[in-house]
Amino acid sequence: MDLLDSWALTLIVFLPLVGALVALAIPKEREEAVKQWTLLVSVVTLVLAVVVAARFDFGAAAGFQFEVDLPWISAIGANYHIGIDGISLPLLVLSALVVVLCVIYSWQHWDEPRNPRAFLILMMILATGMNGTFVALDLVLFFIFFELVLLPMYFMIGIWGDRTMRKIPGFRKEVETRLYAAIKFFIFTLFGSAFMLLGFLALYFKSGSGGQQSTFDIPELIARGHLFEGTFAWLVFGAMFLGFAVKVPMWPFHTWLPDAHTAAPTVGSVLLAAILLKLGSYAFIRIAIPILPETARDWAPAIAVLAVIGIIYGSLACLAQTDVKRLIAFSSVGHMGFVMLGIATLTEVGINAAIIGMVAHGLITGLLFFLAGSIHHRYHTREMSRLGGNLKLMPVMGGILGFTAMASLGLPGLAGFWGEFMALLGSYQPLPGLSTSFFRTAMVIGAIGTVLTAGYMLWMLQKVNLGEPSDEWAGQEFQDVDRYEMVAWAPLIVLIVAVGVYPKLVLGVTTDAVVGLVESAFRAVGG
Amino acid sequence: MGVSTNLYLAAEGAAAAATTGGIWSEWAGLMLIGPMLAFVVIVLFGKRMRYQGAEVAIGAMAFNFVWSSVLLLLNMGDSGVLYERSLEIAAVGGGLVFELGWIVDGLSIMMYWVVAAVGLAVFVYAHGYMKGEVRVTFFFAALSLFAGSMLVLVGSPNLVQLIIGWEGVGLASYLLIGHNWELKENSSAAMKAFYTNKVADVGLVIGVIIIGITLGSFHFWDLAAAAAEHSAALGPVAVAAGLLLFFGAMGKSAQFPLHIWLPDAMAGPTPVSALMHAATMVTAGIYLMARTFPLYQELATAARPWMIAAGTITLFGMGLLALVADDIKRVLAYSTVSQLGYMMTAVAAGGYTAGLFHLFTHAFFKALLFLGAGSVIHAVHSNNMSDMGGLRRHMPDTYRTFVIGALALAGVFPLSGFWSKDEILATLGYEGYNLVMWIAVAGAFVTAFYMARAVALTFFGEYRGHGEPHESPPIMTRPLWALAVPAVLAGVVNIPGLKLPWIGSFTDWLSVRSVPMGDHHAEAIDVGLAAAGLAAAVAGLWLGWRAFGPSAADRADRDRVEIPVLYPLLRQKYYLDHAALGLVWVIRQPAARAVNWVNDYVIDGVVNGVGALCQRLAGLLYGGVDQHGIDGVVHGLSWGTSGMGGLIRRIQSGRVQQYAGLLVAGLLLLAVVVLFVL
Repeated sequence: MDLLDSWALTLIVFLPLVGALVALAIPKEREEAVKQWTLLVSVVTLVLAVVVAARFDFGAAAGFQFEVDLPWISAIGANYHIGIDGISLPLLVLSALVVVLCVIYSWQHWDEPRNPRAFLILMMILATGMNGTFVALDLVLFFIFFELVLLPMYFMIGIWGDRTMRKIPGFRKEVETRLYAAIKFFIFTLFGSAFMLLGFLALYFKSGSGGQQSTFDIPELIARGHLFEGTFAWLVFGAMFLGFAVKVPMWPFHTWLPDAHTAAPTVGSVLLAAILLKLGSYAFIRIAIPILPETARDWAPAIAVLAVIGIIYGSLACLAQTDVKRLIAFSSVGHMGFVMLGIATLTEVGINAAIIGMVAHGLITGLLFFLAGSIHHRYHTREMSRLGGNLKLMPVMGGILGFTAMASLGLPGLAGFWGEFMALLGSYQPLPGLSTSFFRTAMVIGAIGTVLTAGYMLWMLQKVNLGEPSDEWAGQEFQDVDRYEMVAWAPLIVLIVAVGVYPKLVLGVTTDAVVGLVESAFRAVGG
Repeated sequence: MGVSTNLYLAAEGAAAAATTGGIWSEWAGLMLIGPMLAFVVIVLFGKRMRYQGAEVAIGAMAFNFVWSSVLLLLNMGDSGVLYERSLEIAAVGGGLVFELGWIVDGLSIMMYWVVAAVGLAVFVYAHGYMKGEVRVTFFFAALSLFAGSMLVLVGSPNLVQLIIGWEGVGLASYLLIGHNWELKENSSAAMKAFYTNKVADVGLVIGVIIIGITLGSFHFWDLAAAAAEHSAALGPVAVAAGLLLFFGAMGKSAQFPLHIWLPDAMAGPTPVSALMHAATMVTAGIYLMARTFPLYQELATAARPWMIAAGTITLFGMGLLALVADDIKRVLAYSTVSQLGYMMTAVAAGGYTAGLFHLFTHAFFKALLFLGAGSVIHAVHSNNMSDMGGLRRHMPDTYRTFVIGALALAGVFPLSGFWSKDEILATLGYEGYNLVMWIAVAGAFVTAFYMARAVALTFFGEYRGHGEPHESPPIMTRPLWALAVPAVLAGVVNIPGLKLPWIGSFTDWLSVRSVPMGDHHAEAIDVGLAAAGLAAAVAGLWLGWRAFGPSAADRADRDRVEIPVLYPLLRQKYYLDHAALGLVWVIRQPAARAVNWVNDYVIDGVVNGVGALCQRLAGLLYGGVDQHGIDGVVHGLSWGTSGMGGLIRRIQSGRVQQYAGLLVAGLLLLAVVVLFVL
């Protein structure tokens, strides 16, 4: 099994890419073969991820396991350094799982202009980027994977997205929604990434100031944390903050998200919500906080403010939506606000809250976007004023929508509750040195945000699910949840319940790692 | 009047003498899991079952009834039962642990039994009531969830599990109130219930967070211990935590002004109302206050006047609303709100036993009254008392049991309500809240008055509705009689100074608890006070009968006695619904719209403005270089995006290879950039 231990993560990362290259060789017309091949590749990747989880030493979750550290670009000291700990493991498994479910769902659901091969190839490339981001322990490697996800998503939105024409203020001509959304997504992220890269480079050069060889290695940079201080550290954190905050997205860098989500094809939205949004918050925990703990403490109040604004703002914006998919998209702004609030507390509970919040949001919002896609597929509209009585026309779909909405509003006993509750729990007593009254105020505002969340979710359910179906749909036959949908959704439903009832499924592996992270980051600076 | 003040020692002594209850306690968790399992089974397989899943729900409840009865009997012995079991579900860092488990002590056994007893009667009744209704299967699934969540709540050894059960109850009530969701009225009532409770839950959650972080534990036991030793850590935040928990309790237990959801909640089928008003929902807040009683008794004493104020306003002001309601369920709903005010006031004043005893007796007669009302509604197909009248001849069983329930609620000697209400009055007097005590006596008058009105309008006079009403089938009347027995007798267990052989007294049942606490229980009847309470009840009944009975002169007069100012105020429910709706409107309309506007025009205005600016700049710099590409945003933004925009079109025409090549090239370029820059 030694061979497996050293190759497992590499395989999880690059198998999808290899699969994509092989798929290129399959003729475009042989759709079934392409589908089967990608399913096989993604399932094997998932199995590998599960094997890694099974062989993971939970007693040593704080350290990196399955580590590989090989020289890569020796000129700059960039290494092929990958590894996994308790923080990244749940996200890696989630990522591998969601890709499989997306392949299954796509089986019978193709947005125009179809072309399954191209779509699935993009999805596989995306998988490599996502999985790679979660295992990378070298900043160059991390950056490449982080950026790699951009391109496939750009094309998914730009090609398979919503084609309605839209007038953009400031521009003379109308543009297609998909183009606007894709470009907005791309430019926004690129904008953030440029700063992020700048931050990485600054860290690299500064890391050599102790007389040692400069390095991109994340654990090494953490060890050399004392080199980064003062204004330098503040600016570097700020640069990385911009890159990560756009990806999360945090208010006010979020406006690409509702557009991208609404315009993207269903599977694109699912991947975007379930995994892509986690890359930013994960990067805060993996890179920004451990390398620059002291500066993180300076920045924490600002992050908390933006997080809390995001919670309230996102919820209020949801209440103003008429398009069910756009509503779900805006809900991500609020939910990721809770994740970032947890991170901003810089406590064990808060960072733990962020991770379980990410996993829960991935499961729940992923499922919500699946549902939004299927509803659109049936009704050919997402306008809530035209929907209604869905529970009557499609009882199973309506039931699942109700269940997922309840999970999304943070019902205790389902996965979404723990992230919110623990984020608030952490805010009551943030890291020493942070203003207690400040974070307690944030806690109260966040708690009020949960009420608003419940408000728009219940309102959405009433609009879409309840009441009598409008005459528009009279006499039409609606196919309730089909086989592919059921297979794709069932694991998410089961996991939402399982994590809700037994959060140890996630926290059992994260807690030790988070405790280790917080201790090593803040013990040194008198935390 | 016997006094036993600091009972912490006594309670601890009792705990030391308690038995664990053997396997009945060790497996008591089955009572929590059973109805939850029934929920899942019914949802998945109910439709294929012979009785559409009702048999599973009733079976689970019968199992619980037997199990909790055994525990109740065990607890009646000299020693009592005390057992607790917790399983860790996560360590979350900071030394905090989340746990699930169950607690078996006097308080929880009483709750297990009330939920199971009332639940069983209601479930059986519902099997008859729901015949021919829509979605019967899901209805029984949700009923099971309702009972199961309540059991998770009352069985919880810690505050986190309590929240889980708490919101589970809220969810189940949402599903059941909105059972007939085709009508917007019903789904709105369901939303109102869920939402009002969600608002209150903010208080509960923050209160739990304060306690959990301060103590490093969510256990009730640790909370009680900290309160008993006047913990220095908990002291400064105790009042805040206490008020916040109370705010949560105000939602579930419908205390003014968060009671507004409860009267609307009758939009659900009547068995739901019976369950909700008696056992599974509104008692949760009272239970929470009882469970955390030491906090209020020792540390958060400053919170108690506020709680008593809210309770007193609720018990009197909400009772008045029942005077003007035409809908029979609404009358009962307001009476529940008012009785919850009694319970809350009692617990807040220090009457631990008194409040819980009223919860206990109220559960039976209120379930009985609602099921009786359901039986009437079933017969006349209307909720309005203006469509009823003279039903005593048509529905003898319903009539007799309803009158029993009404007399018990009015507090007529020697029915159960008399004893529990008297204990509350006695406690208020003993604790020195004389004004509140007299308001409570006046409240008893109001209660008796509106119940006399309800009975008179429903069962006496001439029938005013349509068709020929007839008695409900035995499956519905038998639960009525089953509930009538405890409605009459339940008071016997706690007559001051009387200790029954074998059974002991209610106070003893509750004396063994995992949470030590002191409280006061009178050891002899205060005859004067009891007479005052009884006089108020009799006077209320008599006046109500005079005003609305069949001998009242004119029908118009009989239906309504309109007093200027007061009548419209009461009809409009003190305008509280208007206030709540106004608040929701502000959030829904101006606030949400403003945010959306800011999003689309301010933030995105900046984004699009920058984009447009780039486009203009690009136009200036490059002239007509790329005018033949696609128009609009694309070519304006940058060389890269313009290229990709064109690329999109090419891929659409099927040339993926180009794209793949480009992607690889892009990656290479990236690598080169990285290398080059460094």
